[in-house]
Amino acid sequence: MSEASLNYAQTWKKPHFIKSSLLRYLIYVGTVTYFFLAIYTMDVNWTRVAEGIPRGADMISKFFPPDLSDSRGVILDGILESIWMAVISTIGGVLLSIPIGLGAARNLAPTWVYLFCRSIIAVSRTFPEVILAIFAVKFFGFGPFAGFIALAIGTIGFWAKLLAEDIENMSKSQAEAVRATGATWLQWINYAIQPQVLPRMIGLSLYRLDINFRESAVVGIVGAGGIGAHLLTSVQRYEYATTATILFSIIAIVITLEYSSGYLRKWVQ
Amino acid sequence: MLRLENLSKRYKTGDLALNNVTLEIPDGQLVALIGPSGAGKSTLIRCVNRLVDATTGTIHLGEREINGLSNRDLRRARRRMGMIFQEYALVERLTVMENVLSGRLGYVNFWQSLFRKYPKENVREAYRLLDRVDLMHMVDKRADELSGGQRQRVGICRALIQDPELLLVDEPTASLDPKTSRQIMRLIRELCEERGLAAIINIHDVALAQMFSERVVGLKLGEIVYDGTPGGLTPEVLTEIYGEEDWEKTIEKVEDDDDVLDEGEMA
Repeated sequence: MSEASLNYAQTWKKPHFIKSSLLRYLIYVGTVTYFFLAIYTMDVNWTRVAEGIPRGADMISKFFPPDLSDSRGVILDGILESIWMAVISTIGGVLLSIPIGLGAARNLAPTWVYLFCRSIIAVSRTFPEVILAIFAVKFFGFGPFAGFIALAIGTIGFWAKLLAEDIENMSKSQAEAVRATGATWLQWINYAIQPQVLPRMIGLSLYRLDINFRESAVVGIVGAGGIGAHLLTSVQRYEYATTATILFSIIAIVITLEYSSGYLRKWVQ
Repeated sequence: MLRLENLSKRYKTGDLALNNVTLEIPDGQLVALIGPSGAGKSTLIRCVNRLVDATTGTIHLGEREINGLSNRDLRRARRRMGMIFQEYALVERLTVMENVLSGRLGYVNFWQSLFRKYPKENVREAYRLLDRVDLMHMVDKRADELSGGQRQRVGICRALIQDPELLLVDEPTASLDPKTSRQIMRLIRELCEERGLAAIINIHDVALAQMFSERVVGLKLGEIVYDGTPGGLTPEVLTEIYGEEDWEKTIEKVEDDDDVLDEGEMA
């Protein structure tokens, strides 16, 4: 050890992310203060909370045993309707998403196509499925067709955006190599782009199927078909045993989809 | 014959990658293009098949002028220029056979390529080429299952099945070990000789360039500073191209003297 090294500092601290200590403490204190003020503003009525907990427990206890008889035959119909709504809106949405996603990839499309496709995606992403469903019901009337439209549009916002991003992240050299063979644009898409994005997009389609099934229960509440309407009716009529059957069916289907899509995703990689 | 006249390329960033390059490559000639990183080697060969558009200057392949072609004619022109890439640039999730057959994309129609229904003579040629580079046992493997040397041989097959009159080769050995590098370079040279192909090979490795080419072109900051035989690469010339360094060791041995017999065990 040389003489000079004795002068080196012996302590070291990681530099703060926010350098100014005044600003740092203002942010800490401000965040905590705002949190407590916000809770105070919520004006929680603690007696109602106290009453609500046993009421909730009572409701859940009435879930058992679930009423599996489905006396009016509406639950099975509703579930089947939700399933096919989810399936066709996923397929329809994905098919519509392919051209939009290709157009929304900056490295594929000229600027005006890019901007046009990106705005379609932005609009579709702005509105949650329930709001899309409210409009669809206004336009096309009650029933599953409105739900199909709402879910298909929701699918575009999700799938086309992720397709475009996947294409933007693809390997440039593979794309260049196929272009150098004299391939046409369609051949280039088929040979250079599709193999690079396909496995992920299959996985995302299955994931979207899962989302669409769950959303189909929500859009039913505003009258767009599927199991949601029956779920709401049963709760309003205090038929909790029926509510339980519907909820458990939804859970069972979502779990099944979850496992099968995980398995399929591994298989296509 | 490939003829580049007064070729310049300025990128949008303002970098002048090529500065007034004039170069003529007769049929069947193997030219090594050397020069430091950023000298414009990649840009030069990409200008030839217009993956990059030159700013000014003209390119002729035979009688055909390459710049200014319509999209359709450009695709036709590209069919006659096979390209071999650094890092192989195979489509990794496609099989070896699909990668080789993709060299025919410029000739077949969309439906033939979509359903992988290539003409019989293309399939036969693909098998023949794969056999030539000792990859018959890999036909149905996915490209990402292959080793580096194997991938580059698939890349060579993809370029050759195009039935090109010119090969554009971009750093073919950049990610290969020294022995595999020599084997790949020897393979490219042999195949060019068999078919009477002209080739431009960008290469970092001066010793390899000398060993396998009949003509060396040195590029520096977008300009040609050397054009001559491999033997003419003196320490002074290399200093001119790359800058000051002890070059004696690099050029002491020019002939290709090793392992001619182990074609069969190419890794």
